[in-house]
Amino acid sequence: MKIMSPTGHLGFTPIEKDSFAAGIAEGPDAIVADSGSADIGPYPLGADLAHSPEDWQRQDLELCLLGARELGVPLVIGSASDTGTDRGVDRYAEIIRELAETHGLAPFRLATIKSELPPERLQKALDDGIAITGLNGREDADIDTIARTEHSVAVMGVEPIAQALEDGADVVICGRSSDSAIFAAVAESRGGLPRSSALLAGKLLECASFCAEPFMGKETVIGEIDAEGVTVYPMHPGQRCTPASVASHAMYERMDPFSEHVPGGRLDMTNLHFEQVDERRTRVTGAEWVPSEHFGVKIEGAGKIGERAISIMGIRDPYTLSRLDDVLAWSRDKLVERYGSPDERGYSVYFHVYGRDGVMGSFEPTPKVTGHEVGIVVEAVAQTPEAAEDVCALASRNLFYARLPEVKGTAGGASFFSDEVMAARPAYEWTLNHVVVLDKQQGVTDEASSLFRTEIVTVAATEGAVR
Amino acid sequence: MKLSELASTIRSKNAGVDHVTFDIIFRDRDAYVRTVDSGAVNAESVAELYGIDQSRVASFVVFEPAQAIKFTIRRKHSAGSPGEPDPFGSQFYPPLFDLEIP
Repeated sequence: MKIMSPTGHLGFTPIEKDSFAAGIAEGPDAIVADSGSADIGPYPLGADLAHSPEDWQRQDLELCLLGARELGVPLVIGSASDTGTDRGVDRYAEIIRELAETHGLAPFRLATIKSELPPERLQKALDDGIAITGLNGREDADIDTIARTEHSVAVMGVEPIAQALEDGADVVICGRSSDSAIFAAVAESRGGLPRSSALLAGKLLECASFCAEPFMGKETVIGEIDAEGVTVYPMHPGQRCTPASVASHAMYERMDPFSEHVPGGRLDMTNLHFEQVDERRTRVTGAEWVPSEHFGVKIEGAGKIGERAISIMGIRDPYTLSRLDDVLAWSRDKLVERYGSPDERGYSVYFHVYGRDGVMGSFEPTPKVTGHEVGIVVEAVAQTPEAAEDVCALASRNLFYARLPEVKGTAGGASFFSDEVMAARPAYEWTLNHVVVLDKQQGVTDEASSLFRTEIVTVAATEGAVR
Repeated sequence: MKLSELASTIRSKNAGVDHVTFDIIFRDRDAYVRTVDSGAVNAESVAELYGIDQSRVASFVVFEPAQAIKFTIRRKHSAGSPGEPDPFGSQFYPPLFDLEIP
């Protein structure tokens, strides 16, 4: 079977239409696209807001829905509206219904699968003695972790999506989901393919044109899947899928290039074999599905730390630049003098010094000023917006008033971008990046399926709207 | 020779919310073998380069299918937290360019 992947993050920047149309002309058996990412930071999940403009999300959903309905094939969208909260699922389902009406589409079956996990349920899990285990070196979650969480989602694997498709869904809008699982669900339920090649297809296709070269985003690629492996090829005429491009994508943005973990097991990619089929196609074989003893479901959660404000400053005087740490220390001292110590008074200030270590922070191996000027973003976090603004303003103005013994310029030690403090969106943190392990003996299916709530309805445009 | 003269791709990117992963990919087989065999890129040398304790190098592997060296470091705070730089982790790689490969 052929699965078409038009974008690595639906709505993040609009899908390129030409290669999308070329993909539709290939007659794929399904269109699959993930709409989520953790790269966007903890704010959209914590505050439960979309990260991309709705116009772009709507454009991408429209292309995918019309393409899939024209071909009469399933459409699966993962991690609705960036974070996969219930709000995101409801909004995407609503957009699908609006599009069906606008275009007078013939009736189809729409499934929504929600996976938001309110902190109260996590608290109950802790009370019931179910461990919420930290991933990759994180501490296990406790009462405090849950208390700091505003919104959390469980990341669904293949099963609930495959079930919705088996139950006749034509369009599936998923809450937070593993990007490889949304592809695997279609390959298994509609293609009858084994988990190994189904999940391998997902792993290779999830970022669309990122598996091809040269580097391009938002261009369509297609995966042709059989029981032994997957052949991938791009729809943009300027791209090629080569063993090098596909293999380098297989290891992209992951710690362990040998394993892809989903609920119920992992895809072992140790013995992957990449073979050039022709100039633009590469075939991948050798993946193995390794079921796990336990059914581990990943949980993501975010919560608010405080309100935030920023300002932008610049320093040009070479003597001041040579004493920059003294300038920053002066500013911090003046804050303590006025507001007390940051820890006691619940505020914090960060000086992001571009031209020194603004990009990499403490990871910068050469935190020296070698240019003729630096830009400083002053970031302040406090409990109220007013407090964040006041702290930010005082920190910024004290860069201007910093006292250095030999300075020649005695009318201001720093330049303001403009003497203003800009309200920034609140500061959030990832509170949860954990796994809840459900023991098979405790009844995997019931426990797991209760994390993922599916509804299937028929969507039909009103009579006058039907083409 | 410098690593940047041997590798065709050197990149960094988030691997989950707590880690940044680095990929050093070689188009040229000889350059790949030379770099891996030299042992000059290892958990200790990258920890030293980035000024972090070696315990924060969460993984270090050679990924043969892509002719690549891959390692992952743990951030101080999770990506997108206040004060934590580069939320995508996409500009952490340039210090690797000047690693000397014998």
